[in-house]
Amino acid sequence: MVTMAATANHIEVRDLRLSYGMKEVIHGISFDVRQHEILGVIGPAQSGKSSLLRCLNRTIDFTPDTHVSGTIEVDGEDVRKTGNVYALRRKIGMVAPLPVGLPLSIYDNVAFAPRCAGLNRKSDLDTIVEQCLRQAALWDEVKDRLDSLGTKLSGGQQQRLTIARALSHEPEILCLDEFSIAIDPVTTMRIEDVLKELRRHMTIVLVTNLTQQARRLADRTMFMWKGEIVELDTTDVIFSEKPKDQRTRDYVEGIFG
Amino acid sequence: MTDPQRTPPAPPIFAVRAAKRAAWAVGGEKILEALVYLCGFSAIVFVLGIFIFVFKEALPVLTRENFSLAEFLGSSDWYPTSESNKRYGVFAMIAGTVAVTVLAMVIAVPFGLGAAIYLSEFCGQKTRETLKIVIEFLAAVPSVVWGFIGLTVMSRLIVQFTGAQVGVNVLNGGLILALMSVPIIVSISEDALKAVPDSYREAAIALGVTRWQLVWRVLLPAAKQGLLAAVLLGVGRGVGETMAVLMATGHAVHIPHSVLDSVRTLTANIAAELGEAPAGSDHYRVLFLTGVLLFTLTFGVNLIADTIVRGIRRK
Repeated sequence: MVTMAATANHIEVRDLRLSYGMKEVIHGISFDVRQHEILGVIGPAQSGKSSLLRCLNRTIDFTPDTHVSGTIEVDGEDVRKTGNVYALRRKIGMVAPLPVGLPLSIYDNVAFAPRCAGLNRKSDLDTIVEQCLRQAALWDEVKDRLDSLGTKLSGGQQQRLTIARALSHEPEILCLDEFSIAIDPVTTMRIEDVLKELRRHMTIVLVTNLTQQARRLADRTMFMWKGEIVELDTTDVIFSEKPKDQRTRDYVEGIFG
Repeated sequence: MTDPQRTPPAPPIFAVRAAKRAAWAVGGEKILEALVYLCGFSAIVFVLGIFIFVFKEALPVLTRENFSLAEFLGSSDWYPTSESNKRYGVFAMIAGTVAVTVLAMVIAVPFGLGAAIYLSEFCGQKTRETLKIVIEFLAAVPSVVWGFIGLTVMSRLIVQFTGAQVGVNVLNGGLILALMSVPIIVSISEDALKAVPDSYREAAIALGVTRWQLVWRVLLPAAKQGLLAAVLLGVGRGVGETMAVLMATGHAVHIPHSVLDSVRTLTANIAAELGEAPAGSDHYRVLFLTGVLLFTLTFGVNLIADTIVRGIRRK
């Protein structure tokens, strides 16, 4: 086991393979995510980006007939051997592409994870709820109706609610899977600013279809295609005139994909 | 580099714009619409028809001078065949019905919901399939068979374990009724839980909650309407069931003081006596009035359920 001080890697993935039934969708990939960086993950549909995130917090366990091999270590601990999968999931904030408001009030949506973790003091919960909703750029729109159902919000608001919820259990790693898919450009920019701020406190994995979003935010960018990593380098290199692989160049230039 | 996504698109052929549907298909839809409309409204006709028929048979007794509605509902004296002093009080049977139903629900609701939660959230695919088949089989057991089990097996067990003098009583009826309601409650609750979108489960799981926290805080609240419907169908079964309780409760007109007392239920009373009562007699009409009472009871239960469900929905 590697200590945190010895490595700057927050997540280490080694030879990760994932199959749905007979079909392998991730073909043995290895990469690291460093402490407090934003790692952008780009690539066309079906390239295995979302599946990768689901392996990370082990929600893949709930899809029947999947097979995972290789290792994913978070803080040096293999996620597939961890004794406390709930603590692992609390360590990782996850924002899914399609917003899922739980059928609870806005307040309860955000207070859900803290409560389940055992935090019950009203004043603490109030503070967390307000802070998370502010970070998700949603507070001003909902502060007067925290008691109404989260599922009644518009698509973009629900997406920001899921971001607030993902922050509510104070994760060390935040994974966003195409968070801006249902959000207007102005709000997207506000949340991008928040992400830049959050980076000081957590590691961020940003899966995005908007290559320019990766360019704006990511320290390093990983280009995935058909379940393999084509190239992983600093964002400057990936978006430069001369990435190592021609496919990367074509993709970020919009020539294919 | 080759990329399958970049093959040139085929030119449009505009076949759909020129297409016309066959006349019979268009007309057939109109006829089908009328038919399903008729099916929908026939429910109202049947409910009204049954109510009118039962009420019409019962009505004449209400105007008889030796009959009072207060006595019918409030008295426990049931002597319909007495030579000198006929009395028609069904209070003891109301008490019997309520006692058996309540006991059955106290047993069946936790048991049924528990089984449904296990089936939908905790057990594996294979176990679920097997258990569901067994539960459906349980639901298919005819009520007279249940009554038979109550009369023979259950009754003996109750005498043996509780020391009661007779084994056919509230406890027996309640247990039998619970066993009959559980499959209904399980299958409807399981459907309700399964109807909660998987995205809720994934969202909650990703937040690091345990399975039980998921069940308590997300699934049960999200499925509460369906679960309530399941419980009420169980209650409906309890109030309406006749044959099994007739055989299992002892058929004694008596307000129960403990679960080991024999009782008679409203339904069992009608089933047992209607054949002997001469058509058109007061006895006959009072039995129909009991039918109206049952009708009102179940209607009341449904109305309450509906109000609760509406209340939940508004929130």
